[in-house]
Amino acid sequence: MTSTTAARSPKRRFRFQGRYLLLIPLLLMTIFYLLPLYIMLVTGFKSFAEVSLQTMWNLPGGFSLENYIAAFEKLAPHLKNSLMMVIPAAIISSMVGSVNGFVLARWRFPGSNLVLPLLLFGMFIPYQSILIPLAVFMKNIGLAGSIPGLILVHVIYGIPITTLTFYGYYMTVPKELVEAARIDGAGMFGAYRHIFLPVSAPAFVVVIIWQFTSAWNDFLFAVILTGNENWPVTVALQNMAGSQIIAWNVQMAGSFLAAVPTLLVYIFLGRYFLRGLMAGALKG
Amino acid sequence: MNIKKVTWGVLSILILFSLILSACGGGEEATPAETAAPEEATAPPEATGKQVEVFSWWTGGGEAAGLDAMIVVFKAQNPDVEFINSAVAGGAGTNARAVLATRLSQNQPPDSWQGHAGQELIGTYVKDQKIEPLNFLYEEQGWLDIMPATLIPLISQDGNIYSVPVNIHRANVLWSNPAVLEANGVTTAPTNLEEWFAAMDTLQAAGVIPLAMGEQWTAMHLMETILLASLGPEAYNGLWDGTTDWGSPEVKTGLENYAKALGYTNTDAGSLSWQDASQLVVDGKAAYNVMGDWAQGFFQELGKQPNTDYGWAPVPGTSGTFQFLSDSFVLAVGAPHRDEAIAWLKVAGSKEGQDAFNPVKGSIPARSDADKTLYNVYLQSAMDDWASNTVVGSLAHGVVANDSWKSEIDTALGLFLADKNIDTFQAALVAACQSSGPCQ
Amino acid sequence: MITENASLKPAARRRLNLGKYAGFFLVLPSIIAVGIFVYGFIAWSVRVSLSQWKGLTPDYTFVGLKNYINLFSDPRFMVDIRNTVIFTLVFVLGSLTIGLTLAILLDQHLPGEAFFRSLFLFPMAISFIVTGVVWRWMLNPAITADRLSGFNLLFHNLGLDFLINQWHLTPTWGIAAVALAAIWQMSGYTMALYLGGLRAVPDELREAARVDGASELQVYRRIILPMLWPVTLSAVIILGHISLKVFDLIIAVAGKQLPLDVPAIYMWQTTFDGLFYGRGASIGILLLISVAVLIIPYLYYSLRSGGES
Repeated sequence: MTSTTAARSPKRRFRFQGRYLLLIPLLLMTIFYLLPLYIMLVTGFKSFAEVSLQTMWNLPGGFSLENYIAAFEKLAPHLKNSLMMVIPAAIISSMVGSVNGFVLARWRFPGSNLVLPLLLFGMFIPYQSILIPLAVFMKNIGLAGSIPGLILVHVIYGIPITTLTFYGYYMTVPKELVEAARIDGAGMFGAYRHIFLPVSAPAFVVVIIWQFTSAWNDFLFAVILTGNENWPVTVALQNMAGSQIIAWNVQMAGSFLAAVPTLLVYIFLGRYFLRGLMAGALKG
Repeated sequence: MNIKKVTWGVLSILILFSLILSACGGGEEATPAETAAPEEATAPPEATGKQVEVFSWWTGGGEAAGLDAMIVVFKAQNPDVEFINSAVAGGAGTNARAVLATRLSQNQPPDSWQGHAGQELIGTYVKDQKIEPLNFLYEEQGWLDIMPATLIPLISQDGNIYSVPVNIHRANVLWSNPAVLEANGVTTAPTNLEEWFAAMDTLQAAGVIPLAMGEQWTAMHLMETILLASLGPEAYNGLWDGTTDWGSPEVKTGLENYAKALGYTNTDAGSLSWQDASQLVVDGKAAYNVMGDWAQGFFQELGKQPNTDYGWAPVPGTSGTFQFLSDSFVLAVGAPHRDEAIAWLKVAGSKEGQDAFNPVKGSIPARSDADKTLYNVYLQSAMDDWASNTVVGSLAHGVVANDSWKSEIDTALGLFLADKNIDTFQAALVAACQSSGPCQ
Repeated sequence: MITENASLKPAARRRLNLGKYAGFFLVLPSIIAVGIFVYGFIAWSVRVSLSQWKGLTPDYTFVGLKNYINLFSDPRFMVDIRNTVIFTLVFVLGSLTIGLTLAILLDQHLPGEAFFRSLFLFPMAISFIVTGVVWRWMLNPAITADRLSGFNLLFHNLGLDFLINQWHLTPTWGIAAVALAAIWQMSGYTMALYLGGLRAVPDELREAARVDGASELQVYRRIILPMLWPVTLSAVIILGHISLKVFDLIIAVAGKQLPLDVPAIYMWQTTFDGLFYGRGASIGILLLISVAVLIIPYLYYSLRSGGES
C-alpha cells in the first residue's frame, strides 16, 4: 500500500503562532455538519406526543424509542432486501474488478490500453441515458423486479470503478516480478494467484466498501427495477416520506435506520473508504 | 498497513450485517403487518398454484384498508387462489407508473390493475390495446342495470366496456372551517366565484390564510374546479371533446379566475401534501380548501367532527354539478391468470365487494344498489348528489384527458405557477390540446 | 507502457505469444457486459430518441431530430437548463470553497485533526434520499410566525429574523437551496481530495519558501495553491457530473415541482407519466452529451498523463 496512500506523514512542520484560533472556524463547520444528524437523532428519540414541527430543535423530554420501533417495523423487510442485494453485489464486483485490474495493469494483450478508457466511460454516464433500454432489457430477460436483477446491474455498472481501483493498485506491483514469473513459466492464473491475489487485501477492502455504499445508496435503479416486495430501503424510505400517512418523526427515525449500515462501515473502515474515494477521483 | 487487521475489519463488519440481516428476518416474522393478517388466516394457497396479481396505487390509510377489506371478500369466495397485492405507492409518484408502464410496453402485464375510469383508461390503455372488453361480464352479472348510466360511456369505446368501477369520488368540494369563518364575519355561504372571492378578501385582510393549497397536483385540482365554475358543465365538457375552444375568451376568463384564486393561497403550497393543506383548515390556520372528498376520510382519521370542525359545500359556482372520478379495475390483454382475474373483477363489481371497500376507503360505491346504512353522513349526502346532479369528469384524476395530454397540461400549469403569465399559459393549453388531445 | 513487452528478451517473448490473448479472454465478460449495458443501451436510447414512440406500444418510426429540436423550444426544458446551471454553479463553487478552506485548516496539524476529517466526510456515506428527507424538514419554507420550523425557526430563535426565507420555494433561485444540501453532502469529499493534494506537496518546497522569507500566506498562494490545480480539475469534473445527474436529492427534498425541475426529473416524468418515450430518450442523450463533453477530455488527459509517469 504505497502509492495509493496520498497522505505522507510529515517529518517536521512549520507551526505558526496563534494557529489554535483556526479551531474556531473548524468548530463552526462542525456544527453545520452535525445539524442534520442532530435533527435525525433527536426527533427519533422524542415520543409521539412530543413531536411538533415548531419544537423540532428542542431536546427530547425523555428517551423514547417509539419512532425507531415504528420505522423499523415499516423498513425491516426493505433493510433485509438491501443487505441481500448489497453484500453479493459488493463481493462479486470486487472479484470482477480484481481480475480486470490484473489483466489491464500487468497481463496485457494487444489493444488492452484501449479497453481501460472504454470501460471507464461507463462510470460517468448519466443513467437517464440508458434507463429506457435497461428497463426494457431487464424485463425481457426476466430479471426485472428481482433482487438478482438489481445485483447484476450494480455489478455491471460497478465494473469501471472497481477495475480502475484494482488497476491503480496493481500498477504498484513491480512489473519485474511479473516478468520473472513469466520467464519461470508461470501462467496467467498462476501469476494472479501467487503474486497478485496475496497482496490484494487492501484493494479488496476499498472496493467492497465503495460498492457497498454506492449500491446501498442507489435509488434510481432500484426504483425502476424492483417491485414493492423487493424494494431496497432507499425506495421504501422515499415512499414512506412521500405517502405522508407516516408522520415526519417516523420518517426521521427511518432515515437514520437507512443510514446506519453505511455509517457503521464508515466509522469502522473510514480510512479505507477515504482511499476508495481518492481512487474514484483518478489520479489528478 | 496491517493487511490482516483490515481483512478482519471487513470480515467482522460482514458478520455484523449478517446478524442484522437475521434480526431483520426475525423481526419480520415476529411482527406481521396488520394488513397481511387476514391473508395468513386462510389456508396456504400454494397447494393449487392458482394466483392473481393485482396492481394498485393503494398503499396507505383508508385506501389500503379498503383494498384489504375487498381482498378478504375475494379470499372467502376463492380460497384456493393466492392474491398477489402489488400495491405501489403513488404518493411519491415516482415508482408506480414507471413500473406499470414498463411492464405494459413489454406486454408483461399484471392480471388486473387500478385505473381511473375515463380517458386514462380509454386514451391510454384501450388505445394501445392493453386491456380486454368486459361486456360478457356485464351481461353475465347484470351490471348494466346496476352501474350508473352516466359512467358506462366513460369506460366504453365502440360499444365495448373496458373496466369495472368500484367507487365514486367527488372532486369539486370546498372544505371550510366553520369557526374561522364565523370569527371573521363570513356568515353566508358563497354561491358563486365573486361572492367567494369577496369572502376571501375579508379573510385575507383579517390575516387568515383564505385558501389552503398543496403541491402541484392539488393546484391542478383547484384549476379544474374553477374552470368548471367559470364555464359551466356543458362548456367544461367541451374542453375535453374539442367543442370548446381552449383559446376562447371564456377560457381566458376562467384562467383569470384561477389566477385570482391562487392569490389567496398559502405561500408554502409547493412544500405541502394534500393532507398538510387540508389539515390547515381543520387546525384553524386556513379557512378553505378545495379537495376531493377523500379529505373527509382524512379528517375522520384525525378525529375531527363533521359540521363543527369542518364543513363542506360544492365549490362556489358548481352547485348542482358532481365532478367525479372513479377507480376501476381492468383485465389485461394476455393476463397470465385470466380466470382468476375475472374472479377478482366479479368481486370488485359485486355489492358485497363494494360495500366492503367503500365505507373504509371513504368513497361512495359505483353500484346504485348499495346498502346506505353502512355509510356516514357525508357519504350519504354524496350519494344523493351523485344520483341527482349533472355529472362531469375530473382532469387531475384521469377522467377527461389521457396520460400524455394530462402531463402536458401539468407542465404548462407548473410554468404558470412560476410566472403567472395567463397568455402564455393559455397558448400552452391550446398547444397541449393539439398535440395530445382532440384538437388536431 | 506498451514498450513493456518489447523490453523482454526475445526468447521470453516467443513463449508469451502463446498466451498473448489469454488476458483478453479474462476481461471479455466485462467488455461484453459494458458493451451491452453502456454502449449498446446508449445506441438503443439514441434510436428511441429519433423515433416518435409515444404511448405504451414501442414505435420506432424515424422522425429525425424532431424530439431534440422541440426540446429547445420547450419552456420546461429551458427551466431545466437554468436550474442545472444555477445548481451546478452553487454546488461546485460551494463545495470547492468549503472543501479547500477545510483542507487548509486541517493541514495545520491542529489537535483533533482525525476527528474533524472523519466528521466532515461522513455525509458522503449517506444516501441522497436520506439527506433529502432530513433537509426537507430543515428547509421548511413556511414563513408565517406561528408555522416557522427548520432553519427558519432556528434563525428566529437566534434573533436572526432577517435570514428567514422561503428556501426552495424562492422564485427562480429555489434550486440553490437544494444545492445547500448537496454541498453538505459533498464538501467533505472535496476536502479529502484537497487534503490528499496538500499532503503530497513536498515539505522541502515549503521549507525552501519559508527560508526565502515568504509568509505562511504567501507559501500557500505562490507555492501550494498552484500545485493543487489538478486536484481542482478532478473535483470539478466529479462534482460537475454529479450535479448534471442530480435526481434523487431533489425528489426527496422538494418532490416533483416544476420550479425545481431538472433534466433528469423531466426525463423521468415525461417518459413514465406522460409516455413520451421519444422525448424522454432525447433528454437522456442530451444529458449524456453534456457529461461526455466534460469527461472525455478528462479521461484522455488523465490516462495519458498517468501512462507517462
